[in-house]
Amino acid sequence: MTSTPILVALAGQPNCGKSTVFNLLTGARQHVANYPGVTVEKKTGSFSIGETRVELVDLPGTYSLTSYSLEERVARDFLLGDNPGVVMDVADASNLKRNLYLTLQLIEMEVPTILDLNMMDVAERRGQKIDILGLEKILGIPVVPTTAKRGAGREQLREAIVRTADTTRESVFRVNYGPMEPYIRELLERLKEEPLLSVQYPLRWLAVKLLENDAEAMDLLGRNHPDADRILEATEAARSKFAAEEGNEVERHIAFTRHAACAAISRKVVTMPTERKRSLSDRADRYICNRYLGPIILVAILMVLYQVAIVFGNWLALQVWPAWGALEDFAADVLPAAGFMDDPLLRSLGLWVVKSTTAILNYLPIFFLLFSLIAILEDSGYMPRMAFILDRLFRRFGLHGQSTLPMILGGVYVGGCAIPGVMATKAIPDERARLATIMIVPMMNCLAKVPLYLILIGAYFADVGGFAMFFIATVTLFMALPVAKLLTLTVFKKHSSAPFIMEMPPYHVPTVTGVLRRAAERVWLFLKKIVTVVAAVAVVVFVLINYPGLTDARKAHYAEAEVKAVDGFMAEVEKTGYQGRINRDDVLSIILFDEALKRAKQGVTDQEKSNVINQRFEVRNPVYYAVVKRVGGDGKALNRAIKKVNRVRKQVRRESRAERFETSFLGVMGRTLEPVTQWAGFNWRINIALLSAFAAKENSAATLGSIYGLDGSQSVQESMKAGESGFTALHALALMLFMALYPPCVPTSIMVRHQSNSTKWMLFSIGYQTLLGLFVASLVFTGGTLLGLSGFQAMWAFYGLCVAVTLGMGLIPVPEETEATPVITAICKDNCS
Amino acid sequence: MTLDELQPGISCEMTGLTASGALGQRLMDLGFYPGAAIAIVRNAPLVDPLELHLDGYHVSIRHSEARHIEVKI
Repeated sequence: MTSTPILVALAGQPNCGKSTVFNLLTGARQHVANYPGVTVEKKTGSFSIGETRVELVDLPGTYSLTSYSLEERVARDFLLGDNPGVVMDVADASNLKRNLYLTLQLIEMEVPTILDLNMMDVAERRGQKIDILGLEKILGIPVVPTTAKRGAGREQLREAIVRTADTTRESVFRVNYGPMEPYIRELLERLKEEPLLSVQYPLRWLAVKLLENDAEAMDLLGRNHPDADRILEATEAARSKFAAEEGNEVERHIAFTRHAACAAISRKVVTMPTERKRSLSDRADRYICNRYLGPIILVAILMVLYQVAIVFGNWLALQVWPAWGALEDFAADVLPAAGFMDDPLLRSLGLWVVKSTTAILNYLPIFFLLFSLIAILEDSGYMPRMAFILDRLFRRFGLHGQSTLPMILGGVYVGGCAIPGVMATKAIPDERARLATIMIVPMMNCLAKVPLYLILIGAYFADVGGFAMFFIATVTLFMALPVAKLLTLTVFKKHSSAPFIMEMPPYHVPTVTGVLRRAAERVWLFLKKIVTVVAAVAVVVFVLINYPGLTDARKAHYAEAEVKAVDGFMAEVEKTGYQGRINRDDVLSIILFDEALKRAKQGVTDQEKSNVINQRFEVRNPVYYAVVKRVGGDGKALNRAIKKVNRVRKQVRRESRAERFETSFLGVMGRTLEPVTQWAGFNWRINIALLSAFAAKENSAATLGSIYGLDGSQSVQESMKAGESGFTALHALALMLFMALYPPCVPTSIMVRHQSNSTKWMLFSIGYQTLLGLFVASLVFTGGTLLGLSGFQAMWAFYGLCVAVTLGMGLIPVPEETEATPVITAICKDNCS
Repeated sequence: MTLDELQPGISCEMTGLTASGALGQRLMDLGFYPGAAIAIVRNAPLVDPLELHLDGYHVSIRHSEARHIEVKI
């Protein structure tokens, strides 16, 4: 037994049940991160076999190990660079021939390999018999049959790991490349001239890869061999000579030979049933992928998804809200007490940060449901079917069949959230379509945009509210699709577009633990990535909306109002028996005492409990209690007086806050932008509300409320109508459209950065959406004004325009797949941290 | 004859591959090689892509990609 930990890499083709094997071995202890410098997820876990620690690293699921795709490069770099003690290759036993293709490549890399024949139950159900010992003998590596889903084979796998790590035995199996062998031998001789190279890398593998014209292998040679250029020249000559002699390209010859070897092995060890029955999946697909029924089932599934995640999720979020409310109350209690006009900085900043965070945490139940539903869709195997059905439609706009889910999550109708939407783009295998999807998901109607829509519709489209809501809910799609196409034709033109070729795995019944585990992983990732940054950004926004603050003259003006109010109250005190027992300093304390009592009794309906709370407060301060609870004649009189003071306090606080806000950095920005935004019909007040929405979209409604001096009693739409007498429905329409196209909020931007792995794309997504929003709003407002259209007319004119543009854009052909130069730019080369 | 010309329900055997680069590699990696048995299962609701049964498993590819696969019935 060894005492140093064994590093085990878990390799395997997609859909072989690799993650189930991972969970089987590691249990709950696992850690998800990214491979350095790329967006490929790296899952690690650890466990013990006796005294030995085992570190298990999950490699990306790949069909092969070329350098054409990012995942394959990541897997290969790990195998070469991190020197795992054991490589566990998980194969789908029911589909052995294709899975062996990867196994043979692993063996060729001379890594100590174990073959895990997983999903034995499926193979048995299909009537296949596999000669395990025979396979072991041919390949010369341990072969372990498992059914990870049922927990079968765990011990055998663990035992094989220890056995393989202890020995230095290498596989005896070599793929015989036939007519290519002389070329390989010749190249091998040249490579052996550099002794260091043979210590670091498996030379036969390197020779094959060089003949295959593999970009990474050539790079590797260049770094490690002094005579690299001459060898590469010789390789190139050998390639052309081989192609001329054999009439086949080297790459093809290699891949075909490997497949032939797999087929030969599979023929020897697998006994196929004499007649193939149609599997349950085949029969299900006859309906699920059916020309007419397929789209109907798809829409039904999406409707259920929407209902559960958004509608039920909203309800659930409402039920959970008291917990976050309690957190806010707790913060309000422990932070320094409020002042008469200004609160201590620690309090106002602390509350601001807590409120910004709880605003995001509020979405947690929705996220958990969403992530669980996505996991179900993924595990069941429905995702590829969805892509299959919709690919043709989306491809016309530069998107991918798998762009559907991110757009649904983002809120293709009304009410989604761009954060999980952007997160879900991970599944799109085509880089260009994936970036295009990331760019348009924030244009969907997320939940947080809805309050502003409701205010504007309530204020300016009240009589046609239903139509207006339908307009804004659906017009976004007709704006997003042309934009996606436009981006594909311009900025993403150079990005490689991957072939669509996609496996359609058999359906699986997802397991509850599997789904919950995945959902929890993603929620955790969300918390880690987003919440910390949200708190940090909240501080910045706080400074922007509160500083430089009021001038001394204005402060004095408000202080005077305070003194006057307190004077009035003290005059009342003089008339009562509390004379001398209440002095000036007590005024604020009484108000806060009142607020604390109200907070304590919030939600308490039980009379007895309420009495207990009353008693507690009475004991704490009988004098304050008398004023607050109107005890006796004096109490009643002073209660009236203190209410008057509190009214003044509230007014002073509101006015000074609005004033501070208007003169703040953000306010100045809003005014500076007025010359530009006037074409869209936005004045500086609207600008401020829109600027504040960048932190979180909910802010727009709240900011409008505070700008128009809202005090709870009046609705925002009423005060807005009163405050902006010159506003028409056209203004409101422009504002709604701008909000629809509004740049992604801060948390979404962070997710965009995370998923595109580039700050540049994040800034691009913020920038282009701002400009697009301004352009569309200006077009509608200025255009509508010039044509003399009403808001309602402009609305449908614009709708028609969008639909027309969408149809037109759909007809422009997508640029052909850029021919096949491997992209290595994405991988981290020199300065990755 | 190339794969994109065939209708659903037809079985054939692969004879050659005319794609190179990433597309060619990806096709080969997913198990397209001369001698592989291919059956066309169905077209997508909007005709493209198509679903194939390839040597024991299902795969879907676009017609533009199927054009590069030579087959005989």
